[in-house]
Amino acid sequence: MSEPAKRKRTLRAWRGDASGGKFEEYTVEVDQGMVVLDLVHRAQRDAEGAGDMACRWNCKAGKCGSCSMEINGKPKLACMTRLGDYAPDEVIQVQPLKTFPIIRDLTTDVSWNYEQNKKIAPFTPPPRPEGDYRMKQKDVDRIQEFRKCIECFLCQDTCHVLRDHDKKAPATQPAGKPPQGFIGPRFMIRVAQLDMHPLDTVDRIPKLKEEWGSGYCNITKCCTEVCPEHINITDNGIIPMKERVVDRFYDPITMLLSKLGGGSKRTVQK
Amino acid sequence: MALDISELQTITHDVIVVGAGGAGLRAAIECSRQGLDTGVVCKSLLGKAHTVMAEGGAAAALGNADSRDNWKVHFRDTMRGGKFLNQWRMAELHAKEAPERIRELEEWGAVFDRTADGRINQRNFGGHRFPRLAHVGDRTGLELIRTLQDKGVHSGISVHMECTGLGLMMDGGRVAGMVGYWRETGRFVVFRAKAVIFATGGFGKAWKITSNSWEYTGDGQRMAYDVGAELMDMEFTQFHPTGMVWPPSVAGVLVTEGVRGEGGILRNKDGKRFMFEYIPEKFAAETADTEEEALRWLQGDRDARRPPELLTRDEVARSIYNEVKMGRGSPHGGAFLDISHRPADYVKKKLPSMYHQFKELAEVDITKEPMEVGPTFHYAMGGLAVDHDSQMCPKVPGLFACGEVAAGLHGANRLGGNSLSDLLVFGRRAGMGAKEFIDANPGLPKVDEARVKQLIDQAKEPLMRPDGENPYVLHDDLRESMTRNVGIWRDAEGMSQGIADIAKFRERLKNVKAHGTSQYNPGWSEAIDLHSMFVAAEATARSGLMREESRGAHSREDFQGERKEWIKYNIVCFKGDDGEMVVQKVERQSGPAELEKIANASIEDVEAGRV
Amino acid sequence: MANASTGGHVQGLGATMRKDAWWQGPALTAGILSLWLVYYAFAAAQGKYYSAGPYISPFYIAYEHPASVTDMSPGYAWFGFWPDSWPAFFPPALVMGALPGMFRMTCYYYRKAYYRSFFGMPPGCAVGPVPHDYRGETFLLVFQNLHRYTLYIAIALLPLLYLDAIKGLWYDGRPGIGLGTVLLGANAVLLTGYTLGCHAWRHLVGGKLNCFSCDGASEARHGLWGRVTWLNERHQQFAWSSLIMIAICDIYIRSVSMGVIPDINTWSGVTWIGDFH
Repeated sequence: MSEPAKRKRTLRAWRGDASGGKFEEYTVEVDQGMVVLDLVHRAQRDAEGAGDMACRWNCKAGKCGSCSMEINGKPKLACMTRLGDYAPDEVIQVQPLKTFPIIRDLTTDVSWNYEQNKKIAPFTPPPRPEGDYRMKQKDVDRIQEFRKCIECFLCQDTCHVLRDHDKKAPATQPAGKPPQGFIGPRFMIRVAQLDMHPLDTVDRIPKLKEEWGSGYCNITKCCTEVCPEHINITDNGIIPMKERVVDRFYDPITMLLSKLGGGSKRTVQK
Repeated sequence: MALDISELQTITHDVIVVGAGGAGLRAAIECSRQGLDTGVVCKSLLGKAHTVMAEGGAAAALGNADSRDNWKVHFRDTMRGGKFLNQWRMAELHAKEAPERIRELEEWGAVFDRTADGRINQRNFGGHRFPRLAHVGDRTGLELIRTLQDKGVHSGISVHMECTGLGLMMDGGRVAGMVGYWRETGRFVVFRAKAVIFATGGFGKAWKITSNSWEYTGDGQRMAYDVGAELMDMEFTQFHPTGMVWPPSVAGVLVTEGVRGEGGILRNKDGKRFMFEYIPEKFAAETADTEEEALRWLQGDRDARRPPELLTRDEVARSIYNEVKMGRGSPHGGAFLDISHRPADYVKKKLPSMYHQFKELAEVDITKEPMEVGPTFHYAMGGLAVDHDSQMCPKVPGLFACGEVAAGLHGANRLGGNSLSDLLVFGRRAGMGAKEFIDANPGLPKVDEARVKQLIDQAKEPLMRPDGENPYVLHDDLRESMTRNVGIWRDAEGMSQGIADIAKFRERLKNVKAHGTSQYNPGWSEAIDLHSMFVAAEATARSGLMREESRGAHSREDFQGERKEWIKYNIVCFKGDDGEMVVQKVERQSGPAELEKIANASIEDVEAGRV
Repeated sequence: MANASTGGHVQGLGATMRKDAWWQGPALTAGILSLWLVYYAFAAAQGKYYSAGPYISPFYIAYEHPASVTDMSPGYAWFGFWPDSWPAFFPPALVMGALPGMFRMTCYYYRKAYYRSFFGMPPGCAVGPVPHDYRGETFLLVFQNLHRYTLYIAIALLPLLYLDAIKGLWYDGRPGIGLGTVLLGANAVLLTGYTLGCHAWRHLVGGKLNCFSCDGASEARHGLWGRVTWLNERHQQFAWSSLIMIAICDIYIRSVSMGVIPDINTWSGVTWIGDFH
């Protein structure tokens, strides 16, 4: 089996930092089956002036979610985007995520996401019974889908609430005010995963509506479109959570029934 | 340029944990539970550590999937898999404590696949007598790290992300902290602590074909070695039998052993199921010898023996390598791994990320076609020698090691699934060990200013040079040499060549130039990391050269087969007074009589509880 | 605080670094929805030609003008005739259309479709939205939260569609079937698929439970939830196919009624509108 002749490919990468920057072009040799991350690495090694091009990566197998960037304008994992998906002479343009502050070149400061996670009360089961906790596979199928999340934050990047309107949930929520921002799709499914857990005992629904801004999502589904783990973020995570909010805050019938039934059995997160 | 230490950022904790994979996070959680002010320093973002790559599961004798399982069977499997070079006590602790660590993980939010009666499900894996691996599809490592990450950030540990360690400071014979630099700014930072826990993982990035990520450069091994710690069992580097071989850019990416656990079959280019030819004598009694029996096993016949695809990793990796060498390999130099005889929906449910990985990276639909696989550098059994109960490095008081960076549990070959449980069991023990040490040594050690200066100056060298060699090219040369000379089959000539190459590479490193500034500069990081890779690679080659036998993952073409006299020794490397690496044989202590009895008993006796 | 650095990104409505034809999807959506609405307005305003033989247009469910009632007409006015005093500028078909219309307007799928294609909130993924003080569905659009009540109406209307289709199996005192019957039947099935694939429905039948295996009732609801999930995964397909099918039914019946085309049936083969009576 003969290998095809060495081909060249041009990488158009945004180079710069918080004070500004511009696109630079690097043309390097490529091999069969390469992904965009390989192209970045090839440029770092072989192209003049690209040796210090900042780019996060770890596993190079779509499992860690480090190499998130915008490739030809689309939020993607560089390690899972094959050069073969583009026309042979097409320039590959890479940019840092738009939604987060730029550190340098292709890296952004995603610490806001880690702050959101801290706001969400952790899993709190009842004390372990004699023997083991029991849950059926059918009880965990839903939440296992959300736990596939690799925290690449591509959904956060593409969510227009965060990306274009910059309504990122602030560190503190002023009392009595409507929610000041949104925690984003990644943490909607984090909350969904906890809320749908058969063993959990914390009620996060009031927080979700009042502080984490579930109402900001207008379900335009871009988060689901970009998810490299193919998690059905909108249909299986966000919308069910929105419906749970409706049960508690908008639907007079379910609100009445809940009141008659003594309200949520879970402890409300303060 | 003068450096004013007082202007350096200094962060103080009771204990710092270096590395935020499974072991580091479990250690940090334990420290925090013990009331210690705990800082975690990690090279990448939190949650990206190499643990996410673990696919198959965590081995623990819960006995959920097969009630005949218990710690003794697990212990026996581990010792046999490790060719009896494991540290007895560690293998015992591991087998005994793993089930509780898994249950604890579930209590913290891990959502494992379930058995029909609602308990944690377990799957089959190479070398494990019973289905023993608690798992979540083929992304168990991600589940583990996400669970520990959430538990950790809500237990009040401080996480210092994207910070790389440069070296340790000592004070009066005990560890005083670590100097590092922030990747984002390139600024240096001094971490002061009463104890340091290393959970820095392995060093596969010194090899060309590897399943390891860029972080796996042996930083912990090198930093500890520099201050006098011993590296043990470094010759035992596990080549996982199934890495991707095509396309070239993904060569080495892991294909989980879970594929074989779920019934995957290995064939050569002639369609022959070749593993039946490679069953070693000592596993013959427990391995199926016909396709018919292997099929019955897969269908759940408890009396059938396990298919030969589920032999230990060293055996399977060598067999594939052999098939390729004999000209019976697949088109791209591997073997065919076929799971397509199982229902497509089942494959997608149980091996979802394998399905996507092959679909997206190789355009192969594994529910319809076989995969092409070949051996890939996967894991270092060797690492820092530690006390078996506390995980402290005996030569460096206050320094603890757990997970892949520590040696001892796995001996000459690690069983799949024993790594994730290793992280949990010994991560916790390192945390407890650190607490004990700090209780006995409560003072905060002093900063060694000269050492800090030395480390910072050395780190800055590649940036300060006006011009010089390309660090990426030097790294590629190292990887090329290691894969060629210290690969899956080794001989004296190759390993000597590897050692000579490393000496030359060290000289070249003195002339490496990192272009650009110190701010988030991967070229500079590469230049710094090379120091660590050289130490780990040299220790592997030197230990390998000394061990004149083939045992477990260490296969010598010039010394085939296990040699009785070598079971008595572990090999350690340490830094000599002249700065050169010293290699020594260390006589092993025999195990406690009870453990020896279990390890050597027949499987029937262990199952029947007669030992 | 102004950030000097854009990372090479662009701002503003429709601004993007994407190189693909991202606008095709929303443009197609906007085009088809607009066409549909224009046709619907025309059909509703026309006020006649809504029935032919045993068929009635789905735009006119439960509607029948007293003047058009004959011995042969099947009687569609399930709830009686529309009052004579009803104002002409607000045709009954618009009223009957508004009920399922509200269901579609608050539907989670259509929200995506029209927020993108009509309102540019955003027009596409990683494409700049209409610049405005975005408040999502927390403020003016908070009514979207009552989607489930429109679902109840839509479910209540489903039997009427089946009844109308079943009526199409009987004419001239004997059983039979025509192309119109087939279309009306298909329409009822597609609308059922769309309605019962609703996200709110999926929540109500079982999605709201946290434990599916805890008792017999939750086990049963899990089964139901699974079937609704199957439909829900195809909600977009059902949304479009049912929408287009309604229009096709109306176009067909209207065309037969206006004498543009004949109906094909088992009663008398090729039947022009004049032959129905």
